[in-house]
Amino acid sequence: MAFQLDSKIPEGPLADKWTEHRFHMKLVNPANKRKFRIIVIGSGLAGGAAASSLGELGYNVDCFCFQDSSRRAHSIAAQGGINAAKNYPNDGDSVRRLFYDTIKGGDYRAREANVYRLAEVANSIIDQCVAQGVPFAREYGGLLDNRSFGGAQVSRTFYARGQTGQQLLIGAYQSLQRQVAKGTVNMHVRTEMLDIVKVDGHAKGIIVRDLVSGEIRRHAADAVLICSGGYGNVFYLSTNAMGSNVTAALRAFKRGAGFANPCFTQIHPTCIPVSSEHQSKLTLMSESLRNDGRVWVPKKAGDDRAPRDIPENERDYYLERRYPSFGNLVPRDVASRAAKERCDAGFGVGSTKLAVYLDFADAINRLGEDTVRARYGNLFQMYEKITAENPYKTPMRIYPAVHYTMGGLWVDYNLQTTVPGLFALGEANFSDHGANRLGASALMQGLADGYFVAPYTVGNYLAEHGSLDAEGKVTTDHAAFDEVEKEVQDRLDRLMAVQGERSVDSFHKELGLIMWDNCGMGRTKEGLEKALREIPKLREEFWKNVRIPGDATSFNPELEKAARVADFLEFGEIMCHDALTREESCGGHFREEHQTEEGEALRRDDEFAYAAVWEYMGEGKAPEMSKEILEFKNVKLTTRSYK
Amino acid sequence: MKISLHVWRQKSATSSGGMVPYEVDGVSEDMSFLEMLDMLNEQLIVQGKEPIAFDHDCREGICGTCSLMINGVAHGPDGGTTTCQLHMRSFKDGDAIHIEPWRSVAFPVVRDLVVDRSSFDRIIQSGGFISINAGAAQDANNLPIPKHSSDLSMDAAACIGCGACVASCPNGSAMLFVAAKIGHLAHVPQGQPERAKRARDMVAQMDAEGFGACSNHYECEAVCPKDIPVNFISEMNKDFMKASLCGDS
Repeated sequence: MAFQLDSKIPEGPLADKWTEHRFHMKLVNPANKRKFRIIVIGSGLAGGAAASSLGELGYNVDCFCFQDSSRRAHSIAAQGGINAAKNYPNDGDSVRRLFYDTIKGGDYRAREANVYRLAEVANSIIDQCVAQGVPFAREYGGLLDNRSFGGAQVSRTFYARGQTGQQLLIGAYQSLQRQVAKGTVNMHVRTEMLDIVKVDGHAKGIIVRDLVSGEIRRHAADAVLICSGGYGNVFYLSTNAMGSNVTAALRAFKRGAGFANPCFTQIHPTCIPVSSEHQSKLTLMSESLRNDGRVWVPKKAGDDRAPRDIPENERDYYLERRYPSFGNLVPRDVASRAAKERCDAGFGVGSTKLAVYLDFADAINRLGEDTVRARYGNLFQMYEKITAENPYKTPMRIYPAVHYTMGGLWVDYNLQTTVPGLFALGEANFSDHGANRLGASALMQGLADGYFVAPYTVGNYLAEHGSLDAEGKVTTDHAAFDEVEKEVQDRLDRLMAVQGERSVDSFHKELGLIMWDNCGMGRTKEGLEKALREIPKLREEFWKNVRIPGDATSFNPELEKAARVADFLEFGEIMCHDALTREESCGGHFREEHQTEEGEALRRDDEFAYAAVWEYMGEGKAPEMSKEILEFKNVKLTTRSYK
Repeated sequence: MKISLHVWRQKSATSSGGMVPYEVDGVSEDMSFLEMLDMLNEQLIVQGKEPIAFDHDCREGICGTCSLMINGVAHGPDGGTTTCQLHMRSFKDGDAIHIEPWRSVAFPVVRDLVVDRSSFDRIIQSGGFISINAGAAQDANNLPIPKHSSDLSMDAAACIGCGACVASCPNGSAMLFVAAKIGHLAHVPQGQPERAKRARDMVAQMDAEGFGACSNHYECEAVCPKDIPVNFISEMNKDFMKASLCGDS
């Protein structure tokens, strides 16, 4: 059974769609809002903003996070900034240009109407955050400062030192805690969502595990919002937090929600390279470094000299050479692939030869060390802490790392998945970034969905389908809750019963390697088919040989990890199916069979200008794909060129 | 490197705990401190023992989840850093390292090195916000804020809410945390309408949670991974005094 995908894009000119749509959406009377309960899974920028905004409107909200506080979601780690088309610098920016840059940057694999709305509401986000007290960087005149960021030729990025994510999240967190104090939001920390409960096809609740007591609990509601972030940890090593996981999204998928473009993952070009097999996570160095740093490798393969001993004419500034007009500022996917190409060809540096130099010597000569310190001091310090090398004296070594996932649960214009009453916001959905996300756009999307889209569209769903009287409400006594809770409990019992020989991490690392080698920066038919053979074998071994110490009825971090890794072991396969089916190169998805003679990505718009929406077909069966054909009426599809 | 560890083990909030010795061999200096603990846990799991529970998430020094008293110092020997950013090159072969949880009445132990810091959330709930609903804001540049004020606000807002200040204070005081939250909003005009009420209510909640008072040891400043200065405590005291004497005006 294929999905009947109705994207519900409103009629009318692009610039009027959202205004018109808001007018036509149904409203819930203020006195009736308190009769509805909404579940929000995740408390990052999307979840925190949605939960607080819905609480402010008067709905009852239950918000869940696995962390010990709603302030710790991984949105916090975003460094660089947040985009908006305020055009404060008067440099030619506009909503239309932000829309255009975002859809082009996504390599024309996103839906026009959604991206335009994102660009349109972005200005309100900046206003909202300033009103909350977010200390964005300012000029001496007291007005907000902007900077340029990878892939854009205007300065539209607002930032708060190197910790914009933390400051925006604190803004959302404070608003959320204000609602907790008012009693509109119940915050459930250290609580993990383990499944969705559907009644008559609509999402009506969830099953969770209290991570401290181990207790399994039921929560019923009139709508469920998944704001659980991305799935980059399927690669084990990524810039994601250790706890970031695909569980909520995968459970939704297995309950009938379509999963769109799972193979679209973003590999960020400027991360600190892997140093040893014990490495548990990768650290990003903000893309803003490429504003002043120059990327190079030696011209001679295997050149072992110290970087300062390699004379200028024996260095290959390969980004400047290949892309003279954008140089070191090419978008992330292009910069990452170029680094991989050089390292694969034997020009990599450092002990592992899987690194390139990011050199600030010219910037220091031009601007002085003090200016460079003022701009990037905290990043240089972080680099030195991790590597014990001083980037003022010797070039940084960087290599690409998994950072963000553009794919996610398929949603219509209202951010509703293929399951009525089940919504997906922020990185958890697929909607706005196509095949590649531009810098400073993730924060924008999370907050847009949470503050300014979901509060309207969820209200519209409740007005149309919600029940105002108690008799029409589903409660946790419903048989559907018994059934799903039993499945959750059985699965945990099965995990605990294995008592094999290998740790959860050892399986996770092995899966990560399979994914990185075959579904990473370069993908081939052969490699993907190999991964599709290896993942089921590994999954089988996991269920026979994983060892989880302790018990399921108390605080047990190994059990938490095991449940998440079990889900990654299912999800990795779906990603490979998607990557195998998409016989083109676009954005972060590079199929080596489809490249130009110069090694650039070769998009195939005639056949692949669609979102691939995967459907769960049952245990042990391959997922099936439906297509949402993407129509481009306002932009012309061009080959992205940064030359 | 070979390291001798002495780690606090405690089954649950209600059971008693104690220090347990472990040996870890093959530690490289490029490993982070938490990767060294990962390695020990891997060994324990393979031996059929229960691994050591510790809090951690982003492992890049910003989420504030990781904790640990390392040889009696919150976040370990390197200044201005979180435990997750501490690397084993700060130690040498043969070192003995004692690892304990944050200790405070207001941070009950959940298990081993994991503590419950929900008291911090409740302090924020008591007033650590600006009362603005989504959609109610004016254009951001209608409110110019002197760069100096905005920078001071940012200095305070850098707090990651980890609780090292509490753990290192002989009085178990949370005043650096509360002062940072108050200072963040006190230095910008948006924070003025609720400034007095905020200081009064947050200090009252801090006391109700069982945190101690400040007697100027400044241990908090010394261990703060974000180098938040104690000046904010004196500013908070001023706001609190003013609110107590003059009410909310």
